[in-house]
Amino acid sequence: MISWFVPQASTFAADVDSLIFLILVIVGAWFLLAEAVLFWLILRFRKREGVRSKYVTGDVKSEKRWVSYPHYAVLVFDVVIVVAALRVWNDVKVTDPVPEETVRVVSQQWAWTFVHAGPDGRLDTADDIKTVDDLYVQQNRTYRFELHSKDVLHSFSVPAFRLKQDAVPGRMIAGWFKPTLAGDFDIQCAEICGIGHGLMPARIHVQTATAHQEWLREHGVMPALAANTGAAGQGGAR
Amino acid sequence: MSHEHAAAHEPSGLLKYVWSTDHKMIAFQYLFTGMAMALIGGFTVYVFRMQLAFPGEAVPLFGRVSASSYNALVTSHGSIMIFWVAMPVLIAAFGNYLIPLMVGCDDMAFPKVNRLSFQIFFLSAVLLTASFFVPGGAFGGAWTAYPPLSTSGVYNQTPIGATMWLVAVALEFVAFLLGGINFITTTMNSRAPGMRMFDIPIVVWMIVIASVLFMASVGPLVAGAVMLLFDQVIGTGFYDPARGGDPVLWQHLFWFFGHPEVYVVLLPAMGIVAEVMAVHARKRLFAYRTIVYTAVATSIISFFVWAHHQFVAGIDPRMASLFSVTTLIISIPVAEMVFVYIATLYGGAISLTTPMLWALAFLVEFLWGGVTGIFLGAAGSDIYFHDTYFVTAHFHYTFFPIAFIAGFAGITHWFPKMFGRMMDERLGKIHFWGTIISFNLIFLPLFITGAAGDHRRIFDYSGFPDLNLPYLQNLRIMATYALLAMIAFQVVFFYNFARSLRGGAVAGANPWKATTLEWLAASPPPHGNFPVMPTVYRGPYEYGVPDRADDFWPQYEPAGPAGQEPRLGAAGHGPAPSGAMAAPER
Ligand code: HEM
Ligand SMILES: [Cu+2]
Ligand SMILES: [Cu+2]
Repeated sequence: MISWFVPQASTFAADVDSLIFLILVIVGAWFLLAEAVLFWLILRFRKREGVRSKYVTGDVKSEKRWVSYPHYAVLVFDVVIVVAALRVWNDVKVTDPVPEETVRVVSQQWAWTFVHAGPDGRLDTADDIKTVDDLYVQQNRTYRFELHSKDVLHSFSVPAFRLKQDAVPGRMIAGWFKPTLAGDFDIQCAEICGIGHGLMPARIHVQTATAHQEWLREHGVMPALAANTGAAGQGGAR
Repeated sequence: MSHEHAAAHEPSGLLKYVWSTDHKMIAFQYLFTGMAMALIGGFTVYVFRMQLAFPGEAVPLFGRVSASSYNALVTSHGSIMIFWVAMPVLIAAFGNYLIPLMVGCDDMAFPKVNRLSFQIFFLSAVLLTASFFVPGGAFGGAWTAYPPLSTSGVYNQTPIGATMWLVAVALEFVAFLLGGINFITTTMNSRAPGMRMFDIPIVVWMIVIASVLFMASVGPLVAGAVMLLFDQVIGTGFYDPARGGDPVLWQHLFWFFGHPEVYVVLLPAMGIVAEVMAVHARKRLFAYRTIVYTAVATSIISFFVWAHHQFVAGIDPRMASLFSVTTLIISIPVAEMVFVYIATLYGGAISLTTPMLWALAFLVEFLWGGVTGIFLGAAGSDIYFHDTYFVTAHFHYTFFPIAFIAGFAGITHWFPKMFGRMMDERLGKIHFWGTIISFNLIFLPLFITGAAGDHRRIFDYSGFPDLNLPYLQNLRIMATYALLAMIAFQVVFFYNFARSLRGGAVAGANPWKATTLEWLAASPPPHGNFPVMPTVYRGPYEYGVPDRADDFWPQYEPAGPAGQEPRLGAAGHGPAPSGAMAAPER
């Protein structure tokens, strides 16, 4: 469903999409049924000359079951939806897998700074690579991200990953993703953050292993950049 | 109870209207102020939707839309529609107008408190409107006003507008706290003799429950607003992490109020719809008591769902489980309520009058809002949908039925009572179909853009390659054209309203052949409402009672030879108590 519009570029994208599809099927059926009954009643019980309305109180059991049975059914479907929803949620947000690499994401009015671990694969070392508004990751590699904000709330949203997480000043919020599809995708700020909220686009570049290694070699040891790394959480100025 | 309708004390001229303590006059003040604010709220949406459809082009009657004015327009639109349109029209206007008439008394319990409530409300509306014209312009940090954006002029660049917004919202709260006192007290203490708890019309129940809900939920937010005000003007750090504060604290306080607030406006709307459906389908409401119980249950559960607005806001992710569960639990009483309403139609004799069309449309459209909410209450899928146009479309499929569809149902239904004349049915139907069709054409496309990842509060998509696609832009343009059509159709409504005030057919006391007490009073009811105070003999919805000549049996009509006929109605059994000032509860 969602993949008609936005590609599935992370491991959990398909899970989120299936959950959405499951809910769509369940509530869609309910919706159609309820609307059908509603329209049928409207047509069937139009006022006709000489026909009085029925006196139905809805207070006796035999009448009440017309609403109580659907009502129990709603309960059952609710349980199905909750279970499915929380399985996806736990996978994306609660049980983080062991990361292969960590990337730092720093938001501010109105730009994103990304600190990549560099060739040595570790953050806060001399070969860290800092970029503005472009995040480079390797396909099929498990990343942990550490999200910061320097001023107001922002939100790190990567629709192609089905990932969204607000950034809160004063906190480091961690999460994970594992890109599966090579390509360039939007990173959007999804929390209003002032005048430039609509002008805070960034891109995530998912690269194949070879392309990513190439990129690392090109950018990894630039001494000018290496000199001002290590300021954890402060992020790099642009 | 008020006994001060002695004509000798009444001021004359314009003051008669401004200074009146008559509940009906105060209702009109709220109604017309709410309608005026709806025009402002509608104008803001016109401007920002034009910008979305045709980015960068000058909008007629406004000019070019900058990023900052876009934010200010969106923020004002949301705030106005909820606090200055939905609340005053649904709760204050209908509450004030209907409660004394429907429970059968001459005025509110505290008429002067009532007047004060409106005056404070009016002040808040003026303050909010004025904030457009101060240096820096109106606040642009969204109607949720999350700090630190809302606390600091450095961040939001509207230091004056932000504070004015906050004070205006706080004053609006005061107005509704004062109003709520009256609604609750009047309903509890001033009912006509014989009117027992379950003889009270549903709309009165709903407004009372909504008022209690509002009072119970707003306290924490007022505390939060005071802290926000201090952060803004004297530089405290309640929400500033650098000084030990926490921005997420505001979100909890805001949504602890904000979610119940959704039901504060929903319940009165459902109440209006219930009244209209009963009258125009000639039907007793199906399972009256169930409606009351589900409304109470919904209100209580609504205190436990707030953090579903914050799944991805940085709260402990394990909390999402709890709030997903409570959110889906609240779908149960709400679904039950909708089922009961649908079941009411069974066996009816439905006339598709304009008010009935609106009431039925409420159910048809609200169902969209209800089912799409499940996608957002389920934490896993909310990760994707949060802060997209899917959310915008979802909550407009709840709010538009609430504020406008139910509002129009109420206005067209009670217009004959309010002004003594009928509205024009043909114009009413043109307005109805024009509004309903264009409403769906606005928001169905926005579900699609939302599913495609369009996020909200973005004034220009050109920076986002994945969103700046032709098919998405076409959908945005379609939504905007539909909005223009909808605005155009409102002219029909205003024309019909104005023309019917003088030229409509004379209504008489009970044009719809309805059963509740307000239809006993003259149309329009004079100060003091009833020539002789009514006594209540049965439940509010005795339509189609077998073995009677008429298909309706008003609450106020004595039951033939006194005490002979069994007492019908929701209250069930036992002879009607008579003579008692207020009916005893059972
Ligand atoms: C007349 C028809 C309406 C239209 C076409 C409309 C349209 C919109 C749109 C497109 C947005 C999103 C703007 C953005 O995110 O950039 C929006 C926001 C909003 N609308 Fe409406 N709306 C209408 C009526 C209402 C009503 C009746 C209510 C409430 C009773 C309401 C409450 C809100 C709220 C709370 C927001 C969020 C504002 C924010 O993000 O701070 N709207 N509206
Ligand atoms: Cu941002
Ligand atoms: Cu932003």
